[in-house]
Amino acid sequence: MSGTFVGMPAFPKAAHDAVHNPVLRGNLRHATHTIRAKRARAVAELADWAALREAGRRIKDHTLRHLDRYLVQLEESVTAAGGTVHWAADADEANRIVTRLVKETGESEVVKVKSMATQEIGLNEALLDEGIRAYETDLAELIVQLGKDRPSHILVPAIHRNRGEIRDIFRSEMGGWGRPAPEGLTDTPAELAEAARLHLREKFLRAKVGISGANFMVAETGTLVVVESEGNGRMCLTLPETLISVVGIEKVVPTWRDLEVFLQTLPRSSTAERMNPYTSMWTGTTDSETADGPRAFHLVLLDNGRTDTLADQVGRQALRCIRCSACLNVCPVYERAGGHAYGSVYPGPIGAILSPQLRGTASEIDASLPYASSLCGACYEVCPVAIDIPEVLVHLRERVVQGGPAVRQGNRVVLKPAKGHAAERAAMRAARWAFAHPGALRTGQRLASRTRRLHPRTLPGPGRAWSGTRDLPAVPPEPFRDWWQRSRGGKDGVK
Amino acid sequence: MRVALFLTCVNDTLYPDTGRAVVKLLTRLGVDVDFPMGQSCCGQAHYNTGYRHEAEPLARHFSDVFGGYEAIVTPSGSCGAMVRELYPRMGERARAEGRGESLARTLAPVVPKTYELTEFLVDVLGVTDVGAYYPHKVTYHPTCHGLRSLGLGDRPRRLLQAVKGLELAELPGAEECCGFGGTFALKNAEVSAAMGADKVRSAESTGASVLCAADNSCLMHLGGTMSRLGTAMRPVHIAEILASTEEEPAA
Ligand code: SF4
Repeated sequence: MSGTFVGMPAFPKAAHDAVHNPVLRGNLRHATHTIRAKRARAVAELADWAALREAGRRIKDHTLRHLDRYLVQLEESVTAAGGTVHWAADADEANRIVTRLVKETGESEVVKVKSMATQEIGLNEALLDEGIRAYETDLAELIVQLGKDRPSHILVPAIHRNRGEIRDIFRSEMGGWGRPAPEGLTDTPAELAEAARLHLREKFLRAKVGISGANFMVAETGTLVVVESEGNGRMCLTLPETLISVVGIEKVVPTWRDLEVFLQTLPRSSTAERMNPYTSMWTGTTDSETADGPRAFHLVLLDNGRTDTLADQVGRQALRCIRCSACLNVCPVYERAGGHAYGSVYPGPIGAILSPQLRGTASEIDASLPYASSLCGACYEVCPVAIDIPEVLVHLRERVVQGGPAVRQGNRVVLKPAKGHAAERAAMRAARWAFAHPGALRTGQRLASRTRRLHPRTLPGPGRAWSGTRDLPAVPPEPFRDWWQRSRGGKDGVK
Repeated sequence: MRVALFLTCVNDTLYPDTGRAVVKLLTRLGVDVDFPMGQSCCGQAHYNTGYRHEAEPLARHFSDVFGGYEAIVTPSGSCGAMVRELYPRMGERARAEGRGESLARTLAPVVPKTYELTEFLVDVLGVTDVGAYYPHKVTYHPTCHGLRSLGLGDRPRRLLQAVKGLELAELPGAEECCGFGGTFALKNAEVSAAMGADKVRSAESTGASVLCAADNSCLMHLGGTMSRLGTAMRPVHIAEILASTEEEPAA
C-alpha cells in the first residue's frame, strides 16, 4: 500500500473489502465498542459535561471568528520567545519549508511525535524524496510505518491490526529501520511494548531534529501543547536540538484559561481517561545549557484548505474539531467500513466532513464522503465541541449534487455539480413534481397496487443495491388514501 | 381537538395498515382524526440527499395542507424530525442566502404542532396505557431520528410496557443505527446491509417474535433483511401493536 491517499476509489468501493473481512470487522468492533463504553463512563462522571461541551464550542467559535487576530498574536508571542514562525498556504509549501529547515541543520534523520498535520501533507514522503528519513515514535504510528501501511484511526492509527499481526511486522521490519526486534518476540503486549521501547530509544538519543504537531497553541504566550499517553512524544519534544512543529491554523486558542476546558474534554472523549498521562508544553527556545528543550524552534502554520473551510457558514464548524476520535468510535459506518475507506488521514465522521472541505469535492472519493453516513447522529451526540456532523454532511451533499458557491484557494467560485448525479437529480425532480401534485401521486400508487402481483422482490438497475441483500416489501392492494376516501377512516363501517 | 394525520408518503403507499391502526387507536382514545387528502411528502429524502431546493416546495406544500390543524400526528420519527428539526433550518438557510423571511414564516406554524405518534399519546393525551392487548414477545428498536432528533426517550417503551399480554425484551445495542438512512441504503448498500444484519441478529438474540419500531422505513430495511436471512421474526410498527385489542387483535 502506498503512503499517500491520492487516487482512492469512491467510499462504497473502498468499504467493500472491510465489510467482507471478518477479522478486520472483528478487530474494529471489539476496539470501538470497548472504548465507547469507557468513554461513556468517563463522561458520566462529570456533572457539568454539557456546560463543558458548550464552553468548548464557544471558545472554538470565538477563536475561529477572530482567527486572523489570534494568529498574529501567536506569531508575536512565539517570536518573542525565541521561535520562528513560517506560514504555509498548502501542503507543498509546508513540505518545502520543513525540508529546507531540516537540511539547514545538516541532518538526514528526524524523529516525529504523532502528527496528523504532517500526515495530511505527506511530509514523510516529501522528506524521503530529499534523502531525509523520518522515524515515527508513537507506538501505533510506528506499527503503521513499519508495516508500510496507512493510519486508519485518529487516536489508534493501527486499530485495524491485532497483536499477532503487530508481532509479525516487528519481527520482519524493525531491523531495516534500526534496532531489530528481540529474538523470540511473542505477541504479549508487554513484550511488544518493550521491543518498541528499545527500538525507539536508539532513535531518541541520536536525533538532532524533532518534528511534531500540536493539539493546541496558546496565543497569549506562544505556547504549544501536546497531549499524549506514551511519553514518546515528550522525548521528541525535549531531546532534539531543533524542533519543527507543523500545526493547522485552527488549533490556536486565545489564553491558558481556555485550555482548562479542553484538557478535561479531550482525554475523556478520546482515551476515556480523566487526564492523559503526558501533557507537554513548550514556549519558544531555551538558551541554558542545562535545561531541557530545543535550542531552535520553528512553527509552521498550515492553512491547506482551512481558510476556504472557514468561509463556509455551515461547514466551518468542522474546524472546531479537537481530534478526540470519539465520533469514530461510535460510528456504525466506520465500524463496518474501516478507516482506510475514507481515503484520508482523517477517517470516520469527522473525516467525511473535513476532507471534502479541505480538498474540495472534485475527486471521486471526496464526492462520495458526504454520503458515507446514515445520518444516525451518534457522532454529534458524543462530539465534545458539538460539531453537528449530520448537518454538515447534508450541506456537503448539496454541494456535490447541486454545486453552488464556495471558496477555493481564497477565491470565490461557483462549483459545478459532481459527475454521476444526473439520473438521481432527475428522479428527485420527478418525485418532487409528483408529491406536489397529489393526483399524480395517487395515480402512481394505484398503478403500483393494481400491478402488485407482477412486482418482483428484487430489482434491476440501481435498485439492485437494495435487493441484493434485502427483500422488498410487497405492495398493498390499496394505498391508504383510497381506503380513507372509501371509508372516511372506517366511519362508514368499511374496514 | 382537530388532529391531522400526516401518514407520510411511504406509509400511504406501502404500509396502509399502519395508517388504519393510527386512526383506530386515536379514535378509540377520543380523538377526532382527519386525513387531509392534499398531503404528500415532507421532503426528507430530498433534503437529506442534498436536494434542499427541491425539498422547499414540498415543505411549503406541507404547511399549506396542515397549517390549519391544532395538532399534526405522524407515525414516523424521521418525518417528524424533518418538520421539527429541519424545517426551521431550511427557513434559516433561506434567510442566510438573502431570500428573505418568506420560507421561515410559511413553515413556522407547523413546527411546534407536529408530533410523532408516541409523543402525542404520552405528552398531549397524557396516556401510557392505551388499552391494547398483544400477546407476543416484542423487542423495541428506537430509530435514530426518534431517539436523537426528537428525543422520544422511553415514551415508546412505556407505552409497550402497558400493553396487556405483551412481553418486552430489551434489545442489546438498541441505540445503534439499523443502517437504513434513506438513500444511504442504496448509496452504501454493503455497509447498510451489514448494519441491518447485525441489528437483526441482536434482535433475534432476545428470543422475541416481533421487532417493533416507530418508523416503517427502518422496518422495511430490517424486514427485508429478516426475509433474506430467513429469520422467523416479524417487523411490526408500534401503532399496530397499540391499536390491537382483545376484541380486534392485530395479526
Ligand atoms: S469531530 Fe468531535 S468527536 Fe470527532 S474527533 Fe473531532 S472533536 Fe472528536
